[in-house]
Amino acid sequence: MYSITKAVLVRNKFIQLQQLSAVSHIIGRRVVCTDTGDKNEVYDVIISGGGMVGSAMACSLGMEPNLEGRKVLLLEAGNKKVMDRVPDSYSTRVSSISPGSATLLNSIGAWDHIMRMRCKPYQKMQVWDACSDALITFDKEDLQDEMAYIVENDVVVAALTKQLDSLPDNVEVKYRSRVVQYTWPMSYQAVDAVPWVQVTLASGETLHTRLLIGADGPNSMVRRESGIPTVKWNYDQSAVVAVLRLSEPTENNVAWQRFLPTGPIAMLPLSDTQSSLVWSTSHQQAEDLLELDDESFVDAVNSAFWSKENQSELVETAGSLFRNALSLLMPSAGSPRQLPPSVAGIGPKSRAMFPLGMGHAAEYVRHRVALVGDAAHRVHPLAGQGANLGFGDVALLSQVLSSAAFNGKDLGAMQHLLEYETERQRHNLPMMAAIDLMQRLYSSNAAPAVLLRTFGLQATNMLPPLKEQIISFASK
Amino acid sequence: MYSKRFGRIVLGFYSHSTNASSVMQRRPASCPFSWSSACKHRKQLLQRTTCVSQSASHTTVDPEEVRRFQALASKWWDEQGEFAALHSMNDLRVPFIRDNLMSLHRECQPGRPLRGLKILDVGCGGGLLTEPLARLGGHVLGVDPVENSISTAWLHSSSDPELRGRLRYRPCTLEELLGSEEEDRGEEEKEMADGPFDAVVASEVVEHLVDLETFAFCCGQLLKPGGSLFITTINKTNLSYALGIVAAEQILRIVPQGTHDWDKFISPADLEHLLEPYGFSVQSVRGMLYNPVTGNWCWSDNTEINYALHAVKAAEEPPHRQAEPEGQA
Repeated sequence: MYSITKAVLVRNKFIQLQQLSAVSHIIGRRVVCTDTGDKNEVYDVIISGGGMVGSAMACSLGMEPNLEGRKVLLLEAGNKKVMDRVPDSYSTRVSSISPGSATLLNSIGAWDHIMRMRCKPYQKMQVWDACSDALITFDKEDLQDEMAYIVENDVVVAALTKQLDSLPDNVEVKYRSRVVQYTWPMSYQAVDAVPWVQVTLASGETLHTRLLIGADGPNSMVRRESGIPTVKWNYDQSAVVAVLRLSEPTENNVAWQRFLPTGPIAMLPLSDTQSSLVWSTSHQQAEDLLELDDESFVDAVNSAFWSKENQSELVETAGSLFRNALSLLMPSAGSPRQLPPSVAGIGPKSRAMFPLGMGHAAEYVRHRVALVGDAAHRVHPLAGQGANLGFGDVALLSQVLSSAAFNGKDLGAMQHLLEYETERQRHNLPMMAAIDLMQRLYSSNAAPAVLLRTFGLQATNMLPPLKEQIISFASK
Repeated sequence: MYSKRFGRIVLGFYSHSTNASSVMQRRPASCPFSWSSACKHRKQLLQRTTCVSQSASHTTVDPEEVRRFQALASKWWDEQGEFAALHSMNDLRVPFIRDNLMSLHRECQPGRPLRGLKILDVGCGGGLLTEPLARLGGHVLGVDPVENSISTAWLHSSSDPELRGRLRYRPCTLEELLGSEEEDRGEEEKEMADGPFDAVVASEVVEHLVDLETFAFCCGQLLKPGGSLFITTINKTNLSYALGIVAAEQILRIVPQGTHDWDKFISPADLEHLLEPYGFSVQSVRGMLYNPVTGNWCWSDNTEINYALHAVKAAEEPPHRQAEPEGQA
């Protein structure tokens, strides 16, 4: 019996030896691998795309106390955008920044820079229909709080760049760096495979990261290369943008938007005397508008806001009956119609156009990959929500990554990334659906659609609680 | 007969590989390989391991071996696989360990709250808990008698520079570690010595042990005065039998069948009584509940099934400390 014991033990020892030598083989091999690995240090997060959303992401991660000591890299294909003083003329590319986005920008220290540079708050929004008299106004009850801010995109990026410069070296920015290839890791660890996302730059440099954040816009290369399916369509519309000069100085604290059958036209306040134009229309009309001389262009803009040519008598009558009925029920609700300021001229060479579309990534995250901003969702500019959805992504993703780090998790692991995806899609999808529905409902001038939206708009306008809900949802 | 003769288990860790675990469990106290000689032997093996690992030219890996390790690695680290419940348990046990250590050691920095703390993870398995603790800044040593698990754990952590230098693994049992500790003292490789530790973590381990007295003794020896012992385990109740064994193993198959032996389960009160003579005072006991539908854990006032326990070793030596527990022949 004892000899059996010995035999068993000896045999087991032998097995042990074999196993240990196998381990040591592996260990030996890993040492070889890590020798090359040391040169390519592993970044905790690489953000691809240094626009508004990507820069905000980098800032937010860099300032998160729980991520102290983690290495963040921001890759931007363009040059560094420094703005020592704001240019005299306004840029045509502006964003509506909701109070929620302003809170995020404030928490990362960029909002003060923006306020010091240039931004215009507005307190009220009026939306009305070219095919009827139906209108809706949104305002904050006391007119004290800002509804949102119109900020030039360049100003936002410059403010974030300034803030990035002030961060310690844990956040690194590589300007003029173009990514040529992403190599994805397997979700399980194979011995020979690199467990990180590999980013190959045009310069030939290869970088490794635990988590790649794609903030590279609507045509995201990160999204395409990672094979995330995307639902998208074009609206057959282009947006014409320009800087408008008002005929006389006003308080200019209202954002105006009128739905024309060809698409919505919006006038967003920039200063007492200037506003920004975003005119969504057919590609053909957009091209025509770009061809016009300044004076005819101004006429076209004014008539788009003022003309009554699209209104039909039937809808008019039905609409006013409905409005009267509603005002009998709720005499105090609703709000009087205000008239938009008239336009006197446009900024020199300020006109530009770009095509409009809608897109939504079916997944925002994969193993070691996350999408933020337009890379995950692209919307029609009619609700002024594009940038806000992106900043909302940034706020939640940094919160999720911060708590993941505080719980000792691998930043690229799926568990918490899925949390980000679920929560953001729950916010983004209804918003996108609403925007898309509005766009569709208003691009028709068929009587049933017009009647439906006329009634809908008027009824909503009469229901302050519903309006408050809409405002609070859009303010996030 | 067989079991009577060889059943003297010094520390029977639950294992996933029968080969390696049988080596550990069947080593009788009276066998020709004495305690210290076994340790020496192991040390030689480890030295060999280190030597080979330092020869960077060694690249001829047996592809068969590699495949075997890959299969194992994917098993431990598959978040949806057999160990899914252990993965999601990190959502409770990591904060439990972190917060208790943070309140004891106040001078922590936010990015790495456990920086500078020496932590021992007993029965670390594939390193599911060891890695998060190292990421939080702790200097963590993971030990497990199952060498396959240790190599899996090592392999998984090895390519991560964040863990390098913070995380080490040793294929040994708790008392082997203590033995080698005592041997190491006074030798020139003192900086290689692992203890004493600021914290010892034994998560989902004690329900697989036979000799808890030895376990408590070893933990006490390896801890610094004032150090923390963290244990998560299963209570010994009818409910834990119904849920932990009948439901989890036999019906829902969340845990592989035969994982648990109800007789080895221990109640928080018994565990506290067991720990007290070794100088531990229990600070907190919290119940943990697993939701098999969502696959998530949550804290609960009910300690009937799973619970987490935090005990602190007395700052001075306990008054009636035993030199060697009786079970240690």
